[in-house]
Amino acid sequence: MAKMNLLQAINNALVTVMEEDERAMVFGEDVGHFGGVFRATSNLQEKFGKGRCFNTPLTEQGIIGFANGLASQGSVPIAEIQFADYIFPAFDQIVNETAKFRYRSGGQFSCGTLTIRTPYGGGIAGGLYHSQSPEAFFAHCPGLKIVVPRNPYQAKGLLLASIRDDNPVLFMEPKRLYRASVSDVPEEDYELPLGKADIVQEGSDITLLGWGAQIEILQQAADMALEDGVSCEIVDLRSISPWDAQTVAESVMKTGRLLINHEAPLTGGFASEIAATIQDQCFLYLEAPVARVCGLDTPYPLAHEKEYMPDQYKTYEAIKRTLKY
Amino acid sequence: MQDRNHLAQVDTTHQVHIIENGLIDIPMLQILKPDGTLHEQAQEPDIDQETARKMYDTMEYIRVLDERMVGAQRQGRISFYLASTGEEAAAVGSAAALQPQDMIMSQYREQGALAYRGYTTSQFMNQMFSNQKDPNKGRQMPIHYGDKPLNFMTISSPLGTQIPQAAGYAYGQKMAGQDAVTICYFGEGAASEGDFHAGLNMAAVLKCPVIFFCRNNGYAISTPAEEQFAGDGIASRGLGYGVKTIRVDGNDPLAVYAATLKARELALEERCPILIEAMTYRLAAHSTSDDPTGYRSRDEEDKWRLKDPIQRMAKWLQHKGWYDEQANKTLVDETRKEVLSALKEAEKVPVNPIEDIVSDVYDKVPAHLQKQVDELKDHIEKYPKAYPKTAGRSK
Repeated sequence: MAKMNLLQAINNALVTVMEEDERAMVFGEDVGHFGGVFRATSNLQEKFGKGRCFNTPLTEQGIIGFANGLASQGSVPIAEIQFADYIFPAFDQIVNETAKFRYRSGGQFSCGTLTIRTPYGGGIAGGLYHSQSPEAFFAHCPGLKIVVPRNPYQAKGLLLASIRDDNPVLFMEPKRLYRASVSDVPEEDYELPLGKADIVQEGSDITLLGWGAQIEILQQAADMALEDGVSCEIVDLRSISPWDAQTVAESVMKTGRLLINHEAPLTGGFASEIAATIQDQCFLYLEAPVARVCGLDTPYPLAHEKEYMPDQYKTYEAIKRTLKY
Repeated sequence: MQDRNHLAQVDTTHQVHIIENGLIDIPMLQILKPDGTLHEQAQEPDIDQETARKMYDTMEYIRVLDERMVGAQRQGRISFYLASTGEEAAAVGSAAALQPQDMIMSQYREQGALAYRGYTTSQFMNQMFSNQKDPNKGRQMPIHYGDKPLNFMTISSPLGTQIPQAAGYAYGQKMAGQDAVTICYFGEGAASEGDFHAGLNMAAVLKCPVIFFCRNNGYAISTPAEEQFAGDGIASRGLGYGVKTIRVDGNDPLAVYAATLKARELALEERCPILIEAMTYRLAAHSTSDDPTGYRSRDEEDKWRLKDPIQRMAKWLQHKGWYDEQANKTLVDETRKEVLSALKEAEKVPVNPIEDIVSDVYDKVPAHLQKQVDELKDHIEKYPKAYPKTAGRSK
């Protein structure tokens, strides 16, 4: 075990996979000698050479197009998009190519070896274009997996599983936690399962569901509610696609209440999909409507960042409303 | 080419100096005259009789296939077709200069390259009838071929997406130490897509052994080339990206062959990308959903009919003593018969069972998709007449 922050855990996973599989290559804007703007790829070029860890020109559609070709050839590309806010020039390559490669060729070709790493989320004074959480856009696209870790331990195990999974994975890293979150991380190889939610804290009155950096917020809200005698169950979804409806439904059938929290705007956010599925599967168990604590339906603001965020206070209020319904 | 990415290496000028399009002439390689004889200074590429005959036969084959399939679409037997009439030399001449281990990433008008690789008439038909013998499992519209054993990447409709992918594929070939390149076909219209610029730049910077082969056929559906770009064709862009570039007469099979042979050699030796711009003309409609009479004249088409690549090659073969009139007639007749019988055969083959609606989305069928297909199967059982292709069948 070693104490690692989230960036170190990611770097450690990349080293692990590059050591074991010489087909693995890491690339993106500034990821080479500089080690990426957040330093997630520090020292990889020195360790594995310029052929396997390299800078690309500043073109997200080029990076993902290149990565798709490399994956279909049989290499193991790990592409970095510097900020999730800048993934949209690559939207066509991801949605029409990465995700459909296997289906359209009847399984003859695929981008299964591809992993796209990208930092997402707010709370770092990043304004409109360094704060977004675009997971719902991609959750609408069959053929992709979407994974979000909540701490360094989860990040290493989930990233290793994502890279080795034979499906393209969009691995979204909560950049607010990059250096803020430190935990014990085994130095040896391990994987955590994709498509499986994780019960972070058991409780009996309400299920609080989230992912990534918002798990910390849910924990704080749960601690506040506990002082009122409310027992919260906290579930980290971990995989947005395919998502673990069964674990969530079982938790809701136990608690009778569900609150979903995400940073992305309310309308069309992934909470909408979860709420619809849960009312379908747990209709007679629900004591109150499913609560959604999300970002506002605005672009991500700068001066009003604190006000925009679905923070612990908004979450606590929503817990109280749901309990009183 | 000099490395001009650093200011210290740039020459200075002391007047406002305008660089205009046209100052650099990019010539077009032409080996054969329209009468099938060689231009005086032209050198015949190193090509044996067998390869030359195979090129010719493939072009003839494709012309017949195209003609028959446009007819089949008109009769309502298939939903869609895209002919390559007039452009056969571009696809066939380039494919002939490659090796079987080279990956082909095509757009959608390169059936000639696929036929040259050995794709059979039955394979063409199974794809076009989206039946269960198509390895792509009938998932895409007609002409979106793909065949792994022939190293022919499954075609995708969005234009230009294969261009950066070809750079990546070639990079993988290079890293694996393979004696292979990737060829990537696209049209002059697709070269307006962002992916073209991204792909050429990536390939140049990352030194990928890829041949970018542009069929500049004058039209993107109805939009003529002069409304597509203002510069000197697509070739001039290669220079801007630091990519070695060849412009070639796309209706001259020998010139296309020679250019591609050289491009492959350079790509492998120098581990670099090459851009080939083949100047040709789309004599066919864009697709069976298009009618060119609305946007171009018969006169214009007739001028290009005189430059027919098949005629040109036939004349050259005659000069070489490699042309066999009788064999050619037999080929055309046999192809017509073969297309018709393969078509009838493919029409009868059922589509894939309903289970395949959810296979290949992921490597394994996840729980939510299994649930969706189970529900769908129950529904089909209730209304079998509404779903005649799949009712009563299972995997």
